[in-house]
Amino acid sequence: MNVPVKALSLSVAAAVLMMGCGKQEEAPKPVAAPVAPPVTVVKLGHVGPLTGGIAHLGKDNENGARLAIEEANAAGIKIGGNPVKFELIAEDDQADPKIGNTVAQKLVDAKVVGVVGHLNSGTTIPASAIYNQAGIPMISGSATNPALTEQGFKTVFRVVGRDDQQGPAVANYLIASAKPKVAAVIDDATAYGEGLANEVEKALKAAGVKVLPREKGTDKTVDWKAVLTKIKGKKPDVVFYGGMDATGGPLLRQARELKISAAFAFGDGACTDKMAELAGPAAEGMICSQAGIPVQASGKKFLDAYKARFNVEPILYAPFTYDAAMLMIEAMKKADSTDPAKFLPALAASDFNGASGNIRFDEKGDRKDAEMTIFAMKDGKIVPLAIIKGDKSLTLDEYAALSAPAAAPAAEAKPAETPAAAPAQK
Amino acid sequence: MDIFLQQIINGLTTGSVYAIVALGYTMVYGVIQLINFAHGDVVMVGAMVAFTVIMGVVGMGLPLPPFMIVLAGVLAAIPACMAVGFLLERAAYRPLRHAPRLAPLITAIGMSIILQQVALLIWGRDPRAFPQIMDNPSFAIGGAAISAVQIAIILLSVALMAGLTWFVYRTKFGIAMRATAENVNIAGLMGIDANRVIAGTFIIAAALGAVAGVMYGTYYGIAHYTMGFILGLKAFSAAVLGGIGNLAGAMLGGLLLGLVEALGAGYIGEFTDLCRWPVVSAMLAERCAADGHVVLFGSNYQDVFAFAVLILVLVFRPSGLLGERVSERA
Repeated sequence: MNVPVKALSLSVAAAVLMMGCGKQEEAPKPVAAPVAPPVTVVKLGHVGPLTGGIAHLGKDNENGARLAIEEANAAGIKIGGNPVKFELIAEDDQADPKIGNTVAQKLVDAKVVGVVGHLNSGTTIPASAIYNQAGIPMISGSATNPALTEQGFKTVFRVVGRDDQQGPAVANYLIASAKPKVAAVIDDATAYGEGLANEVEKALKAAGVKVLPREKGTDKTVDWKAVLTKIKGKKPDVVFYGGMDATGGPLLRQARELKISAAFAFGDGACTDKMAELAGPAAEGMICSQAGIPVQASGKKFLDAYKARFNVEPILYAPFTYDAAMLMIEAMKKADSTDPAKFLPALAASDFNGASGNIRFDEKGDRKDAEMTIFAMKDGKIVPLAIIKGDKSLTLDEYAALSAPAAAPAAEAKPAETPAAAPAQK
Repeated sequence: MDIFLQQIINGLTTGSVYAIVALGYTMVYGVIQLINFAHGDVVMVGAMVAFTVIMGVVGMGLPLPPFMIVLAGVLAAIPACMAVGFLLERAAYRPLRHAPRLAPLITAIGMSIILQQVALLIWGRDPRAFPQIMDNPSFAIGGAAISAVQIAIILLSVALMAGLTWFVYRTKFGIAMRATAENVNIAGLMGIDANRVIAGTFIIAAALGAVAGVMYGTYYGIAHYTMGFILGLKAFSAAVLGGIGNLAGAMLGGLLLGLVEALGAGYIGEFTDLCRWPVVSAMLAERCAADGHVVLFGSNYQDVFAFAVLILVLVFRPSGLLGERVSERA
C-alpha cells in the first residue's frame, strides 16, 4: 500500500481532536448590551442549551427570563435610591456539564448578581457549586433532580418540583391506568434522565411491578432500534423513558414501527407538543408528566405578554424561568440592594404570586407544595389530565377554581376539555 | 431467535446507510488522501434540503403519490449536495492541494463547522421531523418485522454500490479516477485533467451523501443540523475498518459496523449480566435475588462500538480488512 499509515493516524488523531472540541465549536456569546446612562446596571445570568437537540427548550427558558427582565426595566425600578437597569447575560451550556461549568465561571467573572438556570439537572448540579462558592444565588426553572438541593447550598433554589415527586406521580398514574405486570425503563444516561428513571423504577417496584434491566441511550441517541428490539423480546406492558423530547420522539416512533404495543410514558423533558411532531401518529396516547402546572394554567398576563414579545407559544418551563427572574428582582427590591449577600435572605423568604402560582421555598431551596401534572397526547397536543397538588388530584378546571385569585384568568384562557382525573396519588 | 433476526435486520439497515456515507470518505481519500471531515455535514445538508422540499410539496397539497414526493426530495437534495461538494473542493481544498497534509485536514474540520453553522442559520436549532407521508407496512420474516423503508434502504444501497463499482471500473471517468488515485502526476502526463477528476470525485461523493441523508431522515424520522457529526465519524470508522481508499472495503466496513452496533447494543447487557455467570460473592447473590439482574454494561455503549472497532483495527490491522488492494483504490 503506498498510502503511508502516518497519514491515516493523523486523520484519526484529527477525528479524536474533533470529538473533543466538537462540543465547543460554538463559543457562547453574551447578548449585546447597550451602554446605559448614569443608571446602575445589574447583570443577571441565564444558562440553558441554545444549540443542540434541545435548543428549543433552552430558548423557551431564556425567553421566560428575558421577558421578566424587560418588564422590570419598563417598570423603572429604583434600588437604593438609584434607578437600575437589568441586563440579561444569556449563555449556552449545550446541555453539557463541562461547558456548563465553563459558562458558570464566566458568569461569576462577569459579576452577575444572580443566575436563572440551568435547564438540565446534569449541568445545573455541578454549576451550582461554582455559584455557591461565589455567593451568587441561582434559581433553576427546570432542573428536577433531587440532588440539586440536597447539597446544602444556601444559594440554590428551584421553582419546579423534584423528581422524587414526579417519578412516583407518573409511575402511580401508569399503575392505575395500565395495570402493568412487566415494565421496561430506559434513560438517556444524564443526571436528569437517569435520576428520574430511578425514581419511576422505585415506585413501580414498590407496587410489585417487575422491572426489566435498565436500558440506556445517550442524550444524542437517534437509533433506538437495538434497545427496543431487545425490550420487545421481554414483552413489557409499559415503557418509561427518562430523557428529553429530541431523543424520546424517535424512540416512540421506532417502538411503534417495531410493533411494540406497550403504553409509553415520559418525564417532563419529553412532555412537549414536539413529541407529536417527532414521533408522528405514534405519539397518540402517550403519557407524560411535568414538575409544575401546565403552561396553559399559568397566568394569562404572562401568556399574552410572552406571545406578543416572542411571537411563539411558551413550550414547557418558560413561566418558571420568568418567575425565577422575577423572584430575584423582587428580592432585590425588598432588600433594597443588588448585593447578593444582602438580598439572598429576602430571596429565601420569598412569598410571591408568579405566573406559575404562589412560590415559597423550604429550607432546602425547593418549592413548597410544588404541583405535578400528568398529560396525555391527544390529536398532536399534550392535554393535562390531572394536576397533583399535595395528596389531591385535580383537573385543570378544578385547579383554576382552587387557586382562584391568582390563576382565575387561566381558566378563561383555556376552557378545559379535560377527561376524568386520575385516582388520587401519593 | 426472532429477536436475533430483528437485530440483524436493524444492523443491515443502519449498516447500509453507513456504507453509503463511508463510500464518500473512501473515494475522496483514494484520490487525494484527504479525510473530508465535512462529508458527514454534506449528508446533513442532503437530509435538510430533502426535508424542506418534502414539506413544501406536502404543504402545496398536490395530489402526488407519496413516493413521488420523497423522490422530489431526493432529486432536490442531490444537486444541492453536489454543489456543496464542488464548492468545498474548489474553495477550500484545491488551494491547499500542495500544502502539508495537516492543513487540508484542519480545513476539513473547519468546513464541517461552517456547514453546521450555516445549516443552523437556515433550518434553525430544532430537530426537524420528517413527515410520515408514506405508509410504512411491515413484513414478518421468521418472527421479525422488516418495514418497507428498511427494504428500500437496503436495496437502494446495494444498487448504489453496484452502480458505483460499474462507474469506477467501466467508464472513462472511472478509469481517470483510478489513474489519478495511483499517481496524479503520471495521470496528468497521460492527458487526464486532475482538477476535473478530483472535483468530479467530490461531486459524486456528495451525491451519494445526499441519498444517504434522505435514507437516514426517512428511517429515523428526524433531521438536525448536528446529525452529520456522529454519522460522519461512524462512517469514517467504517471506511477505516474496511480499508480506507478501498470501495469494497467501505461497503463491507459499513455493513459490518452496522451489525456490530446492533448486536453489540442488543446483547452486551445480557453478556455482562453478572447473575447469568457463576456467582462469585454473597453480596452479588443478594442483589441478584432482589433484582434478578446486575448489568455491568448497558446498551448505552452502542456508540462506543464504532470507535472500539476503529481502535482495534488501527492497532491490529492499520490497513483495514481489505486494505491490501489499495493499489486499486478509486
